[in-house]
Amino acid sequence: MNKEHTIIQEFTKGLFAHNPLFVALLGMCPSLAVTTSVRNGLAMGMAVILVITLSNVLISLIRNQIPKAVRIPCFIVVIAAFVTMVELLMKAYLPPEINESLGIFIPLIVVNCVIMYRAEDFASKHGVFRSAIDGIGMGAGFTLALATLSTIREAIGVGTILGVKISETYQPASVMIMAPGAFLGLGLLLAYFNWRRLRKGEKA
Amino acid sequence: MAETPERVELIVSSSPHIRGPENIPKVMWTVVAALVPAGLMGVYFFGYYVLEVIFLCVATAVAAEAACQKLRGRSVTVNDGSAVITGILLAYVLPPSVPWYIPVVGAAFAIAIVKHTFGGLGNNIWNPALAARAFLQIAYPAPINSDWRSLHEAGFLQSITLTDDKGQLVHAVTRATPLFKEAGWEKYDYMSMLIGNVPGCIGETSAIALILGGLYLIYRGYVDWRVPVGFIGTAFILAQVLPPRIETPWANDPFYHVLAGGLMLGAFFMATDMVTSPLTKKGLAIFGIGCGLLTVLIRFYAAYPEGVCYSILIMNTATPLIDRYTQPKLLGGGKTAPGGKG
Repeated sequence: MNKEHTIIQEFTKGLFAHNPLFVALLGMCPSLAVTTSVRNGLAMGMAVILVITLSNVLISLIRNQIPKAVRIPCFIVVIAAFVTMVELLMKAYLPPEINESLGIFIPLIVVNCVIMYRAEDFASKHGVFRSAIDGIGMGAGFTLALATLSTIREAIGVGTILGVKISETYQPASVMIMAPGAFLGLGLLLAYFNWRRLRKGEKA
Repeated sequence: MAETPERVELIVSSSPHIRGPENIPKVMWTVVAALVPAGLMGVYFFGYYVLEVIFLCVATAVAAEAACQKLRGRSVTVNDGSAVITGILLAYVLPPSVPWYIPVVGAAFAIAIVKHTFGGLGNNIWNPALAARAFLQIAYPAPINSDWRSLHEAGFLQSITLTDDKGQLVHAVTRATPLFKEAGWEKYDYMSMLIGNVPGCIGETSAIALILGGLYLIYRGYVDWRVPVGFIGTAFILAQVLPPRIETPWANDPFYHVLAGGLMLGAFFMATDMVTSPLTKKGLAIFGIGCGLLTVLIRFYAAYPEGVCYSILIMNTATPLIDRYTQPKLLGGGKTAPGGKG
């Protein structure tokens, strides 16, 4: 993470090269739990984008005031504040069934390792603007990953995408929306991305 | 020089097929031959649709094997018959009336996920056919668990629903859905269970055909007798000794437990899979006994009616541990060569 990154790169690294879920393997717990449907995945992703961007900005602003020894508790307080806001906002404006199915995983964003990782690794070392861009990029990358995983799981496990039936004759394999399906889906996606990275490495 | 033999031995001991790579096809095709009688009995009792299921399983398994080997940049070795065995075994543990997509999905899962993500032939942790069966059981609960149709009674390709017919489920042999408890179904006599005139999965119906095939494999030395003897013996004894929680007339009938369900198929063909069972003789005995114990425990006390599939999968998981604890004392010593079974 050196300074030579352009602003554009600062954004896109979160999407692909340093994707928090598919490359850094962070935030697996919410990813596995909430990706039973595309709607849930997207809602979770939006919440994470909001929290990670705002917390990155604030932590970057106060990064010189935070004593090194207690930085983690400070980060958590900042993140928890934003998570509380987001949670209240979601309860107010999103349909109740989404809140119900996301349940405990919205408060648990507080300890989401993606956000901690960006706070520790980026926001506490970089300026406000770069930190904001980094937060949006990482959040978008996480959302992209959640959307990919949840699309696959919903399509195979329920036979719908965003609630729309794919085909009348398709027989859903309900295992994909259960826990084993989450691990299988994520594992196969990781295998695919690793395979692609290896191929790229071979070519280069 | 001292290093070379040790290295060679390591490779031999970690290989599943003790007779060396050039013999894999021979072993595999012999197992296929030993499986044929049970399949014929299945066709005889359940109708010709069974052939279609077996064909779908085998064709998909072979195609998936070839595709995976191609993708992984390995030489394509579908002729060795191991994918064929997986396909046949998977078909044998499926209900006779499954819709066409279940064998296809199951066989593809068995080969691509259970076998090749772990490194292909010889490296898989679980028996591919059984793991696929467990996967299908949660992926498509309805056709596998409850929605069984008796093709034999309905005639070729006609279907009747299960509720008020006499037990179509072999898995109901122990205890199935509440549906089955209410149906109050009969106890089959030993003779029809031996021959196979009972409801069940395609290949597990005829105990006698499975025993014959299994004995042939033991005679040829491809199967170690400790596994089936340990498996069946333990199940036989425990079925008599343990207090069952199920209330059926055959709950403590050891012959019934041994003949019913997938026990014979599991004991002779699934648990003895060279890849996923221990390498030492002591380990094989432990493996067989563990399978028998878990089978009875699941049949008596767990939610699922049949325990053979899960007991073997659990023991597969424990296989590396068993291997470690039954390792011959002197590493490299010739006393008990690991894998020197048969």
